[in-house]
Amino acid sequence: MNWFMRFAKSTIGLKITMAISGLVLFAFVIGHMVGNLQVFLGASALNHYAAFLQSEQLLLWIARIVLLVLVVVHIWSSVVLTLRAKVARPQGYRKWQSKASTYASRTMRVSGPILLLFIIFHLLHLTIGSVHPDLQHCAVQASGDLQCFAYQNVSAAFSLSTAGTTAAIQGGIVAFYIVAMLLLGMHLGHGAYSMFRTLGLTNPRYDKMARAFATAVAVIIVVGNCSIPLAVLTGLVGQAGGH
Amino acid sequence: MNLTLHVWRQKGPSDVGQFQTFQATGVSKDQSFLEMLDVVNDKLELAGKDPIVFEHDCREGICGCCGFMVNGKAHGGQPETTVCQLHMRSFSDGDELIIEPWRSAAFPVVKDLMVDRSAFDRIVQAGGYVSVRTGSAQDANAIPISKEIADRAFDSAACIGCGACVASCPNASAMLFTGAKINHLGLLPQGQVERFSRVQAMTQQMDAEGFGPCSNHEECEAYCPKGIPVEVIGRMNGDLLKAQLRGRDS
Repeated sequence: MNWFMRFAKSTIGLKITMAISGLVLFAFVIGHMVGNLQVFLGASALNHYAAFLQSEQLLLWIARIVLLVLVVVHIWSSVVLTLRAKVARPQGYRKWQSKASTYASRTMRVSGPILLLFIIFHLLHLTIGSVHPDLQHCAVQASGDLQCFAYQNVSAAFSLSTAGTTAAIQGGIVAFYIVAMLLLGMHLGHGAYSMFRTLGLTNPRYDKMARAFATAVAVIIVVGNCSIPLAVLTGLVGQAGGH
Repeated sequence: MNLTLHVWRQKGPSDVGQFQTFQATGVSKDQSFLEMLDVVNDKLELAGKDPIVFEHDCREGICGCCGFMVNGKAHGGQPETTVCQLHMRSFSDGDELIIEPWRSAAFPVVKDLMVDRSAFDRIVQAGGYVSVRTGSAQDANAIPISKEIADRAFDSAACIGCGACVASCPNASAMLFTGAKINHLGLLPQGQVERFSRVQAMTQQMDAEGFGPCSNHEECEAYCPKGIPVEVIGRMNGDLLKAQLRGRDS
């Protein structure tokens, strides 16, 4: 285990830890988005999907714990590496000019903590419901079937006319979601591209492909996820297929 | 042309250091940046003052001795140009230039703009060698090497160890340097014997010297006077991962 600990504590070892944890979280983001896009198929489709996810509590909790551990590992490795970077340059430059880095790459240490806050808010909003005006949890019906209300919950979460809250608060929540998704796109765009290099999956031949893949996925995540609150705001999701 | 220079002055590694302003007058556009500083230094010496210390040797852009930041850009920021090959025609009359040494905990300032890059030597000493048969010379071209591999190895071998990658990296990381030194041997058949022990030993030394991590900003590649590609970092990472998976312990 000695060699493993030495590797795990090395700078590249920590980068690889960050890349692998990030890769799984990245896959979760894609799966989560694809699942949620079923909101466009109507209330029945989304609610059945929600009931399917809730049907096996043991698997659900295993997935949740794995994700939580990966989030902790991802943050831990980034904090250790950030501290090492600070130690490596105790005295900064009076003037420093960028020639190649991107806004996304330079703001990873800012977008990350904001995304953490967003994830906490998102869980309180649409999973736990403590900041949701009227979250309906899944319930077992008289027929024995599990009935979920994901569609109604999403509609109420983003609609400006939801009872029990104000249009200003709802507008603020939608704005926060959209800003968070833009940051997520930037974070994952740089993260996905970096992941290839950190895991050594680089070859001059595939470099352009890796870059294009990272950009495309970032755009898809932003557009896909933002489409949901925007669909509620424009009435595409809500009244028609809802109640 | 006339320039205003804000130059970092530091008496030694333990001195705090500060910026000092100089006027460079009558600068010719055909002078190199170092020649411009030579003229400033001549005047300082005539006035009995301490000249600005900077490292230099070949002044042809191939030795790797010179290097400092000009207006926040390593070697002045011209594509694939060391500061000795940077010419004053890149600047205009009246320009204000901020001239700073490489800033890295692993590169302590010796004096003014000169830093101690022995950390690079120690990284190379940790594994930058190959085992060869000594004795009578081998036949030429006894080991076939494809053009593609020879080109990539040569791209890495072009590194002159100037330190611009560390200086320009927001994390003061030495991954481009270490990756270049690992790859120019690791790509070639002669370098295969120590390929995996080399990557472990050299990256361990890189960490021990206190260089930062890579965030894939790619500033190093952009400021490298030899155009070393960031691909070398990916290959180093991959080799280190393979070394671990193979269970080799250096």
